[in-house]
Parts: sequence; structure tokens; C-alpha cells
Amino acid sequence: MAGVDSGLTGADDGSTGADSGPAGAESGPAGAESGPAGAESGPAAVDSAFIELDGVEKVFDVRKKTGFMKRERRQVRAVDSISFRVERGEMVGYIGPNGAGKSTTIKMLTGILTPSAGRLRVAGIDPSRDRTRLAHRIGVVFGQRTTLWWDLPLVDSYRLMHRMYRIPDARYRENLDRLVELLDLGDLLDVPVRQLSLGQRMRGDIAAALLHDPEVLYLDEPTIGLDVVSKSKVREFLRELNTERGTTVLLTTHDLQDIEQLCKRVMVIDHGRLMYDGPLAGLHEAGESERTLVVDLERELPPIDAPAPARVVRVDGPRQWLAFPASESAAPLVARIAAEYPLVDLSVREPDIEAVIAKMYAERATA
Amino acid sequence: MGERSALREGLRAYRLIAGMWVRSSMTYRTSFVVTVFGNLMVTGLDFVGILLMFSQVDSLGGWSLPEIAFLYGLSVTAFGIADLMLGSMDVLGARMRDGSFDILLVRPAPVLAQVGADRFALRRLGRITQGAVVLGWALVSVDVDWSAPKALLVPVMVVSGAAIFSAVFVAGAAFQIFAQDAAEVQNAFTYGGTTLLQYPPTVFGKDLVRGVTFMLPLAFVNWVPAAYVLGRPYPIELPQWTAFASPLVAVACCALAGMAWRVGLRSYRSTGS
Repeated sequence: MAGVDSGLTGADDGSTGADSGPAGAESGPAGAESGPAGAESGPAAVDSAFIELDGVEKVFDVRKKTGFMKRERRQVRAVDSISFRVERGEMVGYIGPNGAGKSTTIKMLTGILTPSAGRLRVAGIDPSRDRTRLAHRIGVVFGQRTTLWWDLPLVDSYRLMHRMYRIPDARYRENLDRLVELLDLGDLLDVPVRQLSLGQRMRGDIAAALLHDPEVLYLDEPTIGLDVVSKSKVREFLRELNTERGTTVLLTTHDLQDIEQLCKRVMVIDHGRLMYDGPLAGLHEAGESERTLVVDLERELPPIDAPAPARVVRVDGPRQWLAFPASESAAPLVARIAAEYPLVDLSVREPDIEAVIAKMYAERATA
Repeated sequence: MGERSALREGLRAYRLIAGMWVRSSMTYRTSFVVTVFGNLMVTGLDFVGILLMFSQVDSLGGWSLPEIAFLYGLSVTAFGIADLMLGSMDVLGARMRDGSFDILLVRPAPVLAQVGADRFALRRLGRITQGAVVLGWALVSVDVDWSAPKALLVPVMVVSGAAIFSAVFVAGAAFQIFAQDAAEVQNAFTYGGTTLLQYPPTVFGKDLVRGVTFMLPLAFVNWVPAAYVLGRPYPIELPQWTAFASPLVAVACCALAGMAWRVGLRSYRSTGS
């Protein structure tokens, strides 16, 4: 029973069953070892989510020099008792300021780091104990680091994946063809990675993470540093991956637009704690965030008389900035200004994550 | 059983990654040729220094030129093999600092194999070639009454020596996990060790010889068995069977280094630094 559970988890969801086959077969020899883990996850498997965290903590010992030969040990709680579940096929945004604990969480989910406390399961596997077995079932993209081989043509990196993950030949060719088409990599396969632009390399990295048909894809800042066109290509691809292939996607980002365009669900973490878990709209409400309308008028004018709750927050020559609630449409406001003022140009700025979270705190503090 | 399949997996991953590095270095063909040539020159000059010394003296610490060439050839060949296989483990600290070490941890392959194969460079064959040439010359020039055990000891020394140096590389890598800018400490033991072993133990102080025999048992790469082959007294009183103990010492060193690596990796995974 334990063996069936650990090796053939895919069996109960037809499509991925075939994919996880090779991994399952390979974990055979280690069966004796993985037996207890399998047995443990057995009973929970009945109603278990794909990713499960239960009171997960990560405490780092930080040593600080306080004087000559004197060191002070201090414990830093990078992740503080986080619990959440992600169902198969979900697409979740995981956001928070720098140092909030996002990367630490991703590192625990991928088996890089061992949790200090709590229970963590991905596809029924304990990542820290079964790192290699888990590796066959997950894909990871670190936005600022590459898994590709700098001096070699892009396709060489894929051939390495083919062999390292023991992807069956037919499956590899099929996946490569599909990824090349969807990520527009056709002309790049023979180009050395060092000659690729940042956006091209990111697409190349995403393809590399998906050749072995992982059931879940983790992306750490996938759009960081990309231009608008590359960003939208990446987003479009991720949406398709999630809807067509049912791949579970968990992404961390600084870019609220990533979340808006991709994720129904968003989790906010700060100081190691889960501050919010729910739909994006709810986050805006919780934070009462505001968008900014930037208008350029023909000439310098006194502040625009905008209908409340919209208000002018800044005037600089002919340019004025108006803040209005993110939950409201900009259209009536724009129409009114266009009707009453000599309007030359305008643009709408989305609130950024930091601002939303900061607002959220302010609300909590006063509440 | 789990251990054996892990070893097989490790060797397979090592081969795959080393192959990628060889292909990478071939993209700069000229640079590759130049470094191979340069490498041969530099290591070659190394022995020329010893030859120059012998143009002034007849013996060093009581050992003749062919005898020293014997030590030199064994030390350099054994070290060369370890250096070829694991010589780039000193980039581990840098990989940890820039975060690219994490990428190795999400691949389905043993981390030690991936780190060992990192920056695999065929140009290091230069050192092995040079060591082997000197060793070959020494074997035909030394004044030794060859017996079967003595002849057998030569390949045993090369293989055990390579294993002992490999263990030092791995232990050094494990140490780098705790002190990420400690690549030079590792180099002191590896490159420093091989230079030390190129000279007879009689020229060094007894404390040093003791340390290299019992603490960090580099003496078993060549000093102890070579003293037996050459029929020379070892500066420290040792029973004769120790001349054949190199394989055991090598296995013990590898086991300890493996444990150190595991401890290091576990610590990395619990501290993330």
C-alpha cells in the first residue's frame, strides 16, 4: 500500500499518471526507504491538498559580532508558523516585501531547506527528506539565477535535462516541440545562452523547468527585469500552462500586475507570517488601496475639482496626480475631467504591492 | 542497497555534468589549447626546479634524484587525478554566495556529484601527464630490487593517493559550507599537500611528519609506502605492514570526508547559509 502510494500517486489523476511513471519506477529501488513516509502520508491522502503546510516554521541562528571574539547569537524567525493548502491546478501568487520569508518558504517547498518545525507535504512527499524524488515532480524557476549553460547552445541544456530527469525520448520531443512553440524559442535553440536577452533567457529557463512534466511549477520573481513584451509573453504562457495542462503554479513577485493577470488567489506574507490569503479583490479591500490617475493638461491650472473620494494628491506644472479607490472604475472620473478640463494625455498607475501591504498594516494598527 | 544506487546515480550525474563542462570549454577552442599547453609548461617547470637543485647537490635529505623523482611522480600523479575529478570544488563557496548552489539542490541528482563535476576541466590532464612521465622515468632509474609486492605497491599508491587527495577536496568543500570564503584553506591542504610530498620526509621536522602521518594522513599517498619500496627508513618508527595500509587509510579518509559533507549539507539546509 505504501509503495503504491509513493510511486504511483499519478494513478488517480489519469493525465499526469503517465508522466510520473518514470519517476515512480525510478523510486522503486528506494522503495524500502520511502516506505514509512508513504505509509505516513497514506491516511491523509484521502482529503489531502497538493501542497500542505501546517504550522511550518523556519528559524535561523544569526551570529553577530558584538566585540572582539564576542558573538551574540540571536534567533530570527524567517517563517513563523505558516499554514496553507494549495489544491492541484491552482495558480497562487505569493507576495510580500523583501525579507518577508517568501524565498524561505519556496526553499522549504522545494526541499532546499529543512523546516525547523511544522508539517510540510508536496504531492504527499516530505521535501526535506525526499529531495531527489520530489525533484522529478516539481519545476523551479529562480528569476535571477539560471539553470542554463552559459556557453552552450540553449538546446544542450535541454538535452541535459532529458538525460538527468530520465525523460522518455518520445515525451521529451513532444514537450520540447510544444514548449518551443508556446515560448517562441524556435530561433534560439542553437544560440549560446550568453547571447540571449534577459527575456529570452527567462523563457528558456521556464521551458527547462517544464520538460519533465512537473505537476507544480514554482516561480521566484519570473518577470523581474523583463520588458513589457517579454512580461506579457511569460504571463500568457503561464496562464495557458495552468488552464490547459492543469499545472499547479505558485509564484512570488513584486509586480502586482503579475498577480492581477494570473492569480485568483493571493497570499501575503510579512515578517514570516501569513497576513492575507484570499482573492486579489479582497486584498484591495483589506488594504483599501488606491490607484493613481496622472493627467496632463494643456496648461497650469488650479487642482482639479474631482468628485469624492477621488482627490488631487500632487500638482506639478500642467501635470496633476489624482488618487482614487482601486475598487472603482476610472472611466467616470476620466470622462468628467475630459469634459471639464483641457486634457492632453492621461495614464493610470496601479498600486504596488508595498503600498497595498503598507495600507493593510495601517488599517490593522488603527483597528 | 540505497547507498549503492546513490553511488551509481552520483557517477551518472557526474558524467553528464562533466560532459557539459567539457563541451563548454570546447567553445573556446584556442583558449583551451593555450591553457592545456600552459598547464603542461607550468607543471613541467615545477620538476625543472628540482633538477636545477640537483645540479648543485647530489642528494636531498639523503635521497637521490631518481628517488625524489619517484616521490614527485607519485604525488603529482595521484594529486592530478584527484584534481581532475574534484579540483573545482573550491567554487562551492562562490556558488553559495551567489545562490546558484540552490539550483543544484532542486535537481534529481546527488549534490556531491554535481559539485564535484562543477567546472570540470580537461586541461588538468596536463598535470597527470607530467606526473606520469616523471614517475615513468623514476621507475626505470631508481636502484630498487623489484619484487612482486613492491611492484604492486606502485599502482596501489597512485589509486589510494588519488582517493586520499579526493577526500581532502571533499572535506575542504564541506568546510566551505561553514566558511564560504575558505577556498584558500582548502588549497593550502591540497596544493600545499602535494608540494610537501614531492620532497622526502627526512628534510622536514619530525612534528610535521607526525602530523602528516597521523592527523592528516597524506604520508600514505607516497612517503610511507615509497620508503618501503626504496628500502629507506621512515623518520618515524612504523611497523612494516603500514607500507600496505594506504588503501585502508584512503577508505577511512573517504568515509570521514563523506560524513563531513553530509553534516555540511545538512547544516546548509537548516541554515540556508
